Amino acid sequence: MGGRAVTRREATPASVPAVRKGDALDVSGLPSYGFAHRSLMWWGNAGMMTIEGVAFGFMIVIYFYLRDIARVWPDSGRVPDLLFGTINLGVILASAWPNYLAQKAAQDRSLLRVRLWLYVCSLFGIALCAVRWFEFTALNVRWDDGAYGSVVWVLLGLHSFNLVTDVLDTFVLTAVTYSKPVEGKRYVDIAENCGYWYFVVLTWLPIYAVIYFGARI
Amino acid sequence: MSEVAAAAPPMRNAVPPTPAQLAALENTWSDPPGLVGWLMAVNHKAIGRRFIVTAFGFFAAGGILALLMRIQLARPDSKLIGPDLYNQLFTMHGTTMMFLFAVPVMQAMAVYLVPLMIGARSIAFPRLNAFAYWIYLFGGVMLYVAFVLNVGPDAGWFSYPPLAGPDYSPGKRVDFWAQLITFTELSGLLEAVIVVTTVFKLRAPGMTLDRIPLFVWAMLVTAFMVMFAMPAVMLASSALIMDRLVGTHFFNPAEGGDALLWQHLFWFFGHPEVYFIFIPALGFVSAIIPTFARRPMFGHDAIVLSLITTGFLSFGLWVHHMFATNLPELGKSFFTAMSFMIAIPTALQIFCWIATIAAGRLVMRTPFLFVLGFFFILMIGGLTGVMLGSVPLDLQVHDTYFVVAHLHYVLIGGAVFPLFAALYYWFPKVTGKMLSERLGRWHFGLFFIGVNLTFFPMHILGLHGMPRRIYTYGAETGWEALSLVSAAGQVINDLGTLLFAINLVRTVFFKSERASADPWGAGTLEWSVASPPPKCNFFALPVVASREPLWSPPAEVTHVQGLSAQIREGLTTTVIDALPDTRYAYPAPEIWPFVAALSVTIWLVWSVWSVPGFAWGLIPPALAFLLWYWPNKKEAIEELKWEGEP
Repeated sequence: MGGRAVTRREATPASVPAVRKGDALDVSGLPSYGFAHRSLMWWGNAGMMTIEGVAFGFMIVIYFYLRDIARVWPDSGRVPDLLFGTINLGVILASAWPNYLAQKAAQDRSLLRVRLWLYVCSLFGIALCAVRWFEFTALNVRWDDGAYGSVVWVLLGLHSFNLVTDVLDTFVLTAVTYSKPVEGKRYVDIAENCGYWYFVVLTWLPIYAVIYFGARI
Repeated sequence: MSEVAAAAPPMRNAVPPTPAQLAALENTWSDPPGLVGWLMAVNHKAIGRRFIVTAFGFFAAGGILALLMRIQLARPDSKLIGPDLYNQLFTMHGTTMMFLFAVPVMQAMAVYLVPLMIGARSIAFPRLNAFAYWIYLFGGVMLYVAFVLNVGPDAGWFSYPPLAGPDYSPGKRVDFWAQLITFTELSGLLEAVIVVTTVFKLRAPGMTLDRIPLFVWAMLVTAFMVMFAMPAVMLASSALIMDRLVGTHFFNPAEGGDALLWQHLFWFFGHPEVYFIFIPALGFVSAIIPTFARRPMFGHDAIVLSLITTGFLSFGLWVHHMFATNLPELGKSFFTAMSFMIAIPTALQIFCWIATIAAGRLVMRTPFLFVLGFFFILMIGGLTGVMLGSVPLDLQVHDTYFVVAHLHYVLIGGAVFPLFAALYYWFPKVTGKMLSERLGRWHFGLFFIGVNLTFFPMHILGLHGMPRRIYTYGAETGWEALSLVSAAGQVINDLGTLLFAINLVRTVFFKSERASADPWGAGTLEWSVASPPPKCNFFALPVVASREPLWSPPAEVTHVQGLSAQIREGLTTTVIDALPDTRYAYPAPEIWPFVAALSVTIWLVWSVWSVPGFAWGLIPPALAFLLWYWPNKKEAIEELKWEGEP
């Protein structure tokens, strides 16, 4: 995880410094929230992404461990269809763009733009969940057919869990923008939710490669 | 915004705070009264206390199970306990001590101590912290309810398949074990994220990375290790329960799975786990020694680097639990080398402690006695560890009492002795009263003798070939005398623990004498506030200019002013230099963390009985988390008054 070194300038913006008053340090002029690594939410998120990233890593290790000891792989004899997984790859990569715009709008604290791009992100999320449903049907194996089926289902299932929870988060955050007053820290939450979405997007790349080409190559 | 304008003028803390500010801060940071208020509590000290008490409750339960096993084995051909119950006893004992006591109690100590030691008003994500506690409690209660109903797990604390798989362990016993792992690891992982965020972002201004107290360093290293190791066992236990309940085949060789895969996953977590227990204990020792040697720690930086090195190396040891499997011999040699190498950073710390003690003026009080006990017992456990690290010897004594002796020397010496030292040391801070020194010394004496008497004979029994996990043995084996000594030892160390409990009850309920803020004359920040600390920890946050702020001349700037006395406001600082960064409004108490934990519990238990329960059971937790997050209008309006844009 490890954050990069924070320069003094970045740490305490020159416009609102902590100032010395007698033998006390007066912080009343400091901002009450900050974006990116200045917020606790960023660190919490980074921690959760580390944990989930490690879990994905382990599932991939398990996949190749089982593949290594198998005589035939996939043991069901049928590889997963490429269509839905590849559609998902395209859609999820495309979703990074509205996600970026939502994050930027949150950092600018522009309520209207935040709502607009959260709506777009939500639509992408719904589309992705729908395609994911079809993906399961196109794996061409059941989880209880053998070790191959088990590992593929759980790998896809883990990513789907992250996908669905982040889509639900996006719905909730969209709704929260209508709950007045919207405090500054809500924008941090939205920006961090967008940060988490990048994790969902990026982890799909290796998982897609493993599920669809681990059975082919 | 008219409501805002009509409100009283905002009150910020001055240095020193006025009586009105003191009263306002105490009021703002108090958790609500009554039973519901108790369930809503988010104060890290309240949660920390509950966490510690709960962990010791499980310690006592695990201890009783151990006593039953020792009584059973005290004589040959004993008919007291049958094999089925005995299987449950040793599984419950190991599971309790590792998953419900040793790892959580260290995190619990961190929940209480870390914010106080780094000069913060609370812990990061206090509601999540409360949730992690409830999840842990409910998981433990679930396991014991199952045990009482004769559905206690019985496949050993590491539940190897195929024994733990659906073919050889039908019924629900192992399911409860696997689900317990989900509970405790969820709690442990959340606490790890909480500790990392707290240490990185909530330190007092001036507490640069090289001024962080050593115990806090130890917890930081542990938290990182938890994040990289615990996912392995969570995945493994989920795969096991899926093999058992929905017919997956991860560990089923007949369908392409592999039983050894379980061992890899379990021990990839399981070996670092030993260090989740041991590294915090090293932190206790490093906090206690300077106080009783009356001087700063010798080799502070070397100790920090040793902790980090130990953390890394601990990930390269897992295969030494698998020397009896058919892995390549060359691979095993690597793990032997790693097992020897990890002794180096620990030895380095021991030399730093010896140097500190040698150069200091010793004050022999109960916490220090336990530290000395730690040295002695850990040393023996470490030596047998080096022996077991070599493959040929390990093969000879694998699954014998020699291993039982080794692991208890390491865990009791390496963790329980430092933990008792820590309890005696920080007890006055938590309760405002000093434990009896006399009873403390008796406790130490009995515990030290008892532990050695219980576990030393096991080395010999193991060398004589006595396997672990047998419910009885024949008189012809000749194991009777040493087993009897071992049982007697257990009674003695239980008496010691009983004295400790008496000491606690007597002090908390019947002693009126108050402890001062710094009864030991220690140097770190937690001793700068009253015992017990105020609700907000620090009425004015301290500014730090050295490693032992209480032993150094005061800095030019001593405290922080300008934080709200009316909302739960704290300060975030930068990760490396601890420069003031933002003011930060901690969340207020809420019932939702408790409700969320309860609904997650129902979901997890339900999913043991029914597959659809796994899907439907997710709805209540989802709703609980939604309500948890949903903004509270009154709180939002109040916080808006204090808002400052970045």
